[in-house]
Amino acid sequence: MVFEYAPAPESRAIVDIRGSYGLFIDGEFADGHGEPFKSVNPADESVLADIACADESDVDRAVAAARKAYEKVWGPMPGRERAKYLYRIARLVQERARELAVLESIDNGKPIRESRDVDVPLVAAWFFYYAGWADKLPYAGFGPDPKPVGVAGQVIPWNFPLLMLAWKIAPALACGNTVVLKPAETTPLTALLFADICRQAELPPGVVNIVTGAGETGRALVAHDGIDKVAFTGSTEVGRQIARVLAGTDKKLTLELGGKAANIVYEDAALDQAVEGIVNGIFFNQGHVCCAGSRLLVQESVAEEVMERLKARMATLRVGDPLDKNTDVGAINSAAQLAKIRELSAAGEAEGATAWSPPCELPAQGFWFAPTVFTGVAQSHRIAREEIFGPVLSVLTFRTPDEAVTKANNTPYGLSAGIWTEKGSQILWTAQRLRAGVVWANTFNKFDPASPFGGYKESGFGREGGRHGLEGYLNV
Amino acid sequence: METLNGAGGLRAFLRGLPGVDQVGAEERAARLATRSVKTTAKAEAIDLAISMVDLTTLEGADTAGKVRALCAKAAHPDPADAAVPRVAAVCVYSDMVDVAVRSLAGTDVKVASVATAFPSGRAPLEAKLVDTRAAVAAGAAEIDMVIDRGAFLAGDYSKVFEEITAVKEACGEAHLKVILETGELVTLDNVRRASWLAMRAGADFIKTSTGKVSPAATLPVTLVMLEAVRDYRAATDRQVGVKPAGGIRTTKDAIRYLVLVNETAGPDWLSPEWFRLGASSLLNDLLMQRRKLATGVYSGPDYFTLD
Amino acid sequence: MSDRLAVRKTYKLFIGGAFPRSESGRSYPVHDAKGRFVANASQASRKDARDAVSAARKAFGGWSGRTAYNRGQILYRVAEMLEGRRDQFADELRRAGASKQAAAAEVDAAVDRWVWYAGWADKLSAVAGASNPVSGPFFNFSTPEPAGVVAVVAPDSPLLGLVSVVAPVIVSGNTCVVVASEPAPLPAVTLAEVLATSDLPGGVVNLLTGRRAEIAPWLASHMDVNGIDLTGAAAEHVRGLEEEAAGNLKRVLRPGKDAWPDDPGTARMTAFLETKTVWHPVGV
Repeated sequence: MVFEYAPAPESRAIVDIRGSYGLFIDGEFADGHGEPFKSVNPADESVLADIACADESDVDRAVAAARKAYEKVWGPMPGRERAKYLYRIARLVQERARELAVLESIDNGKPIRESRDVDVPLVAAWFFYYAGWADKLPYAGFGPDPKPVGVAGQVIPWNFPLLMLAWKIAPALACGNTVVLKPAETTPLTALLFADICRQAELPPGVVNIVTGAGETGRALVAHDGIDKVAFTGSTEVGRQIARVLAGTDKKLTLELGGKAANIVYEDAALDQAVEGIVNGIFFNQGHVCCAGSRLLVQESVAEEVMERLKARMATLRVGDPLDKNTDVGAINSAAQLAKIRELSAAGEAEGATAWSPPCELPAQGFWFAPTVFTGVAQSHRIAREEIFGPVLSVLTFRTPDEAVTKANNTPYGLSAGIWTEKGSQILWTAQRLRAGVVWANTFNKFDPASPFGGYKESGFGREGGRHGLEGYLNV
Repeated sequence: METLNGAGGLRAFLRGLPGVDQVGAEERAARLATRSVKTTAKAEAIDLAISMVDLTTLEGADTAGKVRALCAKAAHPDPADAAVPRVAAVCVYSDMVDVAVRSLAGTDVKVASVATAFPSGRAPLEAKLVDTRAAVAAGAAEIDMVIDRGAFLAGDYSKVFEEITAVKEACGEAHLKVILETGELVTLDNVRRASWLAMRAGADFIKTSTGKVSPAATLPVTLVMLEAVRDYRAATDRQVGVKPAGGIRTTKDAIRYLVLVNETAGPDWLSPEWFRLGASSLLNDLLMQRRKLATGVYSGPDYFTLD
Repeated sequence: MSDRLAVRKTYKLFIGGAFPRSESGRSYPVHDAKGRFVANASQASRKDARDAVSAARKAFGGWSGRTAYNRGQILYRVAEMLEGRRDQFADELRRAGASKQAAAAEVDAAVDRWVWYAGWADKLSAVAGASNPVSGPFFNFSTPEPAGVVAVVAPDSPLLGLVSVVAPVIVSGNTCVVVASEPAPLPAVTLAEVLATSDLPGGVVNLLTGRRAEIAPWLASHMDVNGIDLTGAAAEHVRGLEEEAAGNLKRVLRPGKDAWPDDPGTARMTAFLETKTVWHPVGV
């Protein structure tokens, strides 16, 4: 028999999306002086809201508010008091979890299963974790009395809008900094809902400021003389530009950039879990993940078997309505990203690799791309070198562990990597040689506030998460 | 594959199977457990689950009266609603087979019998075979045997293999379900090895548990067994069924198993011929949920017969 | 003996464990504090910088793959040999203008600092690493690892300053290309001679003498260099060098941060460390 799951849509009723949203500056919502823009639901291209755009003068006000809050309130506040605000925020995130998850899925296109089970719980966990650090900084290994940096300018991407906000704001506030944060222009809504959470938590005005806008707003923020630190998550190209802008200044910088992770499957791997890890590695969040396992390196002796299992597994992926609780792969975040995925995918075929997708019906409206695997990929192909940031997997083979490591490291990136083998010593041998900041062995795409995350080489510098994540927000 | 059947070959084969990462398998099972099956899909799933139930009584206190009552329930789970499907089988001890067979005459409900010194399996092979033959002679269409877990854990795979082949032979036409008692095998690697061992020895079904050992059926264990039957069919073209048994009490549990079947072994296994749920109290919960869907009102246990 | 003509030393570059002259054939005169000619030093070119980077890259796998204990042993051995050359270093420092007492004190301090850093080799992981209590059935640990090839623009303090910027870079397993003090490069070449005769593998430290303003930009822009220490860069060059370094997102240690004359902390080491975090399930 055919067991069809009936549609199981999560209710949108819990979220009240307003017609328009302002900037969040000094504890108040305010109009922007730039040209407002629209946030679109990528699953059906409907307009969700008009969003204010911050120009230089708005960024100026936001930075001034953050400076004032830093000097007058947040900086001098004892760590134990700061901690309690962060705990409050964590609790509010938990209390409003469903609302945040639904809004995230609507604005971003990610499946509700992920926003509900991954993104939002991690957001709460991040605030809980760093709340605890706020009054324990002297024990963090950065000297007896580490000081905050000051005002942090933070620019975050659209792939995990709320989670990236938490990664940025939680440690910054715990260390005593104030922030001006710019969410991505295609996914500003949960950040603005977070602003409301700050108000419910009675966070002092100016500690968190949110300025919405596109690249221009981000440029104005990172170049602003009034900030002391820039934290950016996004593309390597923009990361490079920011590093140049900050050259010769005293501003502190942390960057979390692109990746092209190798996911290495040895012949003795637990194959069913490896296949699951491959799927989770590349199709989680539609592949919009900087640490996605986008290059599968599989040992030749099991390549055929792995591919068979992988294809069978991919055929069970459910692509469609992000709000359906049974959806595994949601919508591509934007028309621009869809165009980029299509362009690279076409390049893959033009260069001689073979594409395969399971039969799946894509919705007529919205931005969609079927889960795709490329076989016959060579190291030199663009799809093996460039970050696609979509549900597209490139498969390469190797013969020996040395070859696997060499191929894995043969990239300017170095964010993450995966290893699948049942042999313990081989895991450690491989992990030691991989030039990547996060190595998942017999698992993939796991995140935790206690676990440092960040890249080698052109994947950026600095770590987010754990004790290490404090360093970027302390004057050390 | 047959050439590997010597003791050393069998061991090498079983040890050569890909490993199972416990955390990964549990994660996969837990994720599938979040599938939301509602409305029409739920109604279909409930009827399918009812038709897959092996309604079971395996107590020292079983009497002919108890077994007759169970059989009546199996043939007509909800006397008030003729549209409710019958269950797949009743499962009893071998000495109750003839009672069950007589009670179910004229219905499609099969009679399954546990055998082979159930549940421990600690008896000489001869005794196990006598047990099996008696159940078959009494009319059992299905035999649920237990493997010798002691021999398996001691690494004596060929002893386990030979017992299964001997019991299979004693079964004649009857279908053989091989109970692995996964709660005693403990690791998922062992579950996968025991699954392959049983299938290669001729099992028609592989079954998780006797219900007498905790944990009984779990989603991760069933996941691994479903992967095994899937892979076995791919390798041999022979399809083997799966039966989780014990601890499956609610409709939600049952639907989770069906989702697991659907997305692991595939739709080919979604029939009573290839998938069973060994349970007793589950049936009434399925009936209650079924009525809730039909009437929109939550029902209560007083509206369904105990057996 | 006064009629004996002294054998003068030729000061060369140190690349891949060998002492080549600059491929450009250039040299520049080095003078003492009073302006008297002391010696000619090699004036390294961009091609020398390129060769030094490839030597450093080649040495990286081996050096970073050594056990921490072994790296510590080798660096301690270097300190022993520095100690044996105290007079020579003091002599060179005096020619660069230091008083007898100051020269001796600087040599002592340099040897002591080298010893201090040598001892860090097998302790950094314990201090900078962690086992992280993640919420789930996983063992998760973070270890510090060397960033790779690091370019070092050394400060003008010809020995203590040099030691203070080189030792923290290599103790963790990085390899480096050092641009020595431009006006006082001679102690650096002598240090290279010590390194060459120690057990330090060739290519771990590569030393260039010459014009900082000429060489440093090539290192800052080099795509196979992972980090750059700008301690000795002139203030007016820092911005440009940082802009070049952004090309492949080098880890940059800005001048003024962690001033080398101070009692050192771990910052100069951690500036060129990567944290690698490994996850593994815990199960049966």
